[in-house]
Amino acid sequence: MNLRSALLGAAAFAALAPAAMAERGSDGHVNIIYWQAPSILNPYLSGGTKDIESSSMIIEPLGRFDQDGALVPFLASEIPTVENGGVSEDLTTITWTLKEGLLWSDGTPLTSEDVVFTAEYCMHPEGGCAQLSKFDAVESVEAIDDLTIQVNFKAPQPNPYLPFMGGQSPILQKAQFAECLGAAASTCTEQNFNPIGTGPFVVDEFKPNDVISMSANPNYRDPAKPAFATVTFKGGGDAASAGRAVLETGEFDYAWNLQLAPEVIEEMEKGGKGQTVAAFGTLVERLEMNLTDPSSDLPADIRATREAPHPILSDVRVRKALSMAIDRELLVEIGYGQAGRPTCNLVPAPARYASPNTDCIGQDLEGAMALLEEAGWTDTDGDGIRDKDGMKLSLLYQTSTNAVRQNFQDAIKAWWGMIGVETELRNISGSVFFGGDAGSPDTFQKFYADVEMYANNFDGTDPQAYLSMYRCGNEPKPSSQWQGENINRFCDPEYDALLDELAKTGELEKRGEIAIRLNEMLTKDTYTIVPLVDRGRVSAHSNTLGGVVLNTWDSELWNVADWYRIEE
Amino acid sequence: MLTFTLRRLLIAIPTLLASAIVIFALLQLAPGDPMANVPLTVPPEVKQKMREALGLGEPVHIQFWKWLVQFFWIEPQVLIDNIFGTSFAEGKLRVLSWQTRSPVMDIVMQRMPQTLWVVGTSYLVGIIIALPIGIYSAYRQYSVFDQAGTFISMVGYSVPTFFTGVLLIVIFSVNMPRESFFWFPSIYDTTHQVDSWSAFGFQVRQMFLPVMVLALYNAAQISRFMRASMLDNLNQDYVRTARAKGLGESIVVMVHVLRNSLIPVVTVIALGVPQVFGGAIITEQVFKVNGLGHLLIGAIEANDLPMVQTLTFIFAVLIVLFNLIADVLYGILDPRIRYD
Repeated sequence: MNLRSALLGAAAFAALAPAAMAERGSDGHVNIIYWQAPSILNPYLSGGTKDIESSSMIIEPLGRFDQDGALVPFLASEIPTVENGGVSEDLTTITWTLKEGLLWSDGTPLTSEDVVFTAEYCMHPEGGCAQLSKFDAVESVEAIDDLTIQVNFKAPQPNPYLPFMGGQSPILQKAQFAECLGAAASTCTEQNFNPIGTGPFVVDEFKPNDVISMSANPNYRDPAKPAFATVTFKGGGDAASAGRAVLETGEFDYAWNLQLAPEVIEEMEKGGKGQTVAAFGTLVERLEMNLTDPSSDLPADIRATREAPHPILSDVRVRKALSMAIDRELLVEIGYGQAGRPTCNLVPAPARYASPNTDCIGQDLEGAMALLEEAGWTDTDGDGIRDKDGMKLSLLYQTSTNAVRQNFQDAIKAWWGMIGVETELRNISGSVFFGGDAGSPDTFQKFYADVEMYANNFDGTDPQAYLSMYRCGNEPKPSSQWQGENINRFCDPEYDALLDELAKTGELEKRGEIAIRLNEMLTKDTYTIVPLVDRGRVSAHSNTLGGVVLNTWDSELWNVADWYRIEE
Repeated sequence: MLTFTLRRLLIAIPTLLASAIVIFALLQLAPGDPMANVPLTVPPEVKQKMREALGLGEPVHIQFWKWLVQFFWIEPQVLIDNIFGTSFAEGKLRVLSWQTRSPVMDIVMQRMPQTLWVVGTSYLVGIIIALPIGIYSAYRQYSVFDQAGTFISMVGYSVPTFFTGVLLIVIFSVNMPRESFFWFPSIYDTTHQVDSWSAFGFQVRQMFLPVMVLALYNAAQISRFMRASMLDNLNQDYVRTARAKGLGESIVVMVHVLRNSLIPVVTVIALGVPQVFGGAIITEQVFKVNGLGHLLIGAIEANDLPMVQTLTFIFAVLIVLFNLIADVLYGILDPRIRYD
């Protein structure tokens, strides 16, 4: 504490000095709270957001995405493009050049060897690297000279900004991690807890799943930054108490991702100690329609596979009617407030890839009923539930356990009831639902239900990999141990052909057109996926913390070097 | 007494082994996946590779055997190395947490002091409050004091700590002005080091709310035991004899009755000690005290099986151990009881 009080004293002194220039460490101490606690500071061994974001203060990639999704060079001197010659004409190589004179926090120079090593570290077959998909397309990474790195792809890569780009793929120091390749990766506790980095802060002490104490990196490239001398990064608890600590008690300066009911946040803001900030990315809460029959009467190897088409939902008119009956604006109001907006798109952003489609926004119960009549679903026995050929229009609707999702289930069940659709609701603990255990009947991949709801997004700004999930054959099935990402079991040769075209197209404008077309094929053409809410992120910072720019395309702490204290 | 203790210790071995198997089997059967918290943007093949890197692909009995060897053979070596500076355990694989990829026991040792400080203090405070209340309530049975004591201990016993905890935060952290002497932090600063009197003062302040919440709960429980035990003894013949001998009321109550009444209470207190190590799971969560309870909850949520297995097993060891201690204490305190 002596150091801390000394620094606080120094900060007070600096505040007295009039017109003092900004200086490293002049603003004392900052407290950050994440209600999920970081477990490890090596993003390659954990896909968790908490781990990626906390480590982003310490280790950095070559380039990041800014708040608009544009590419910004960090360790690289510029972003390579086809125009400036950094990306080859045939899209098979990308050449990065490091800024000159960069130092690691231990004072040794950063060289292209470190970048090459980082690729080797993640691509090692026994390492269990969480970011391996970023390196999937990579053939080899080579150092041309001390500052130049060339990444060679196996095939033309229209989006070459995967490895070394964004918070998921920072550069590790070769000297520190050299002994940690492959199976040894998880035994390197010291390295994983105290990575040496180029970022604005260095780790003083890391208590896993609890707290990180950091101080300013003496070798950071900008001598005036960071403004804060020390950081306490506290983890754990729940979103409500994190919000309370910033907005009501003022004990903390920044709270991440306040997933709380809108009225709770409003009430907290009355505390007057801080304010909330919101930004939108690509996270979409959606209903997924099962195109295959999940009935338990079917044999296990056929149930919920493409061999058994869904008896009700195979008809696009039913799917469309279900979508028309939903009032998305009301859903936003009850569930997300300022952190949500209605959407009809699977890819809601960036603007280049987002379809202008807004057909689904207004609720149309009459239209939905007419559509069901047309599809042959009528209420013949007068019990309020439509039927056809002796089969009732009754659906099982599942999602993960979460207060907002259960509210959505109740509302949607009521609307579907109004158009004569009976709904049975089910919720499953998130760790089981998203767990991917092939032995469990309750995973979202197995989809032993008619409709399910969850949210998903994509990394970075390019939706190619995201849209490729719905390729024919990529569906979860018994032969793939129920792994696969085409949750709806969607299959359309035309869609696959368009995906192949996207993979060959480098021109951004053309890519946008194709991506919009693909998105519409899944949403407004077929209602395979029924998007509900474009979910933003709400974080909070205290009134005395300046420089916060909320970013949903990269780590929220991407510009922590620019944060400063506002004098009251 | 010695043979009794030894016999009990020997019986404890199969008991603990059986509980280790039960814990392991329960964790294996429970649904869940350590990769559930990894975002959906990470493709399934990559998740599968990550699972294999954690050793999940191996058969169940091999996983269990590995844990046994690591816990009973390698971890004690690490302990010896730490104490004597030897290097028996060098290069051997320890019990690793799936969340942090670091040795479980290191994290447990890191968390232990916070739990002992906060939960241990609350247990002591609870006992100090409970004993006088229990004694006086029994001595003045059905008086206003007894009624009030009964009411408060009922409240303390039945209102859950997640309610009292948040209530105290709202009163003392949110509504209380920051400058006030009665303002207390709602989040425990785990990086705080006590190196001066003012730092000690801050430590007391930040421990105040969680300790009070837990002390209320503990005191409620123990004061009821104390009261019941005193009532049993107050009506005994030897009390009447003592009074007839002309002994003063204070000697009768505080020496004769209290001594005899404390025997079962000491047992109850000893049996409660493992709970202290187990941490007050909910209270630690409410105040963000980074103790063992906090660690256990986090590990369960993340499906970190080695961590959950090790922690629950340590709790099992403590429960067996303190049961034995309670039995032995009983024999020492009460000469009427003979084990041999």
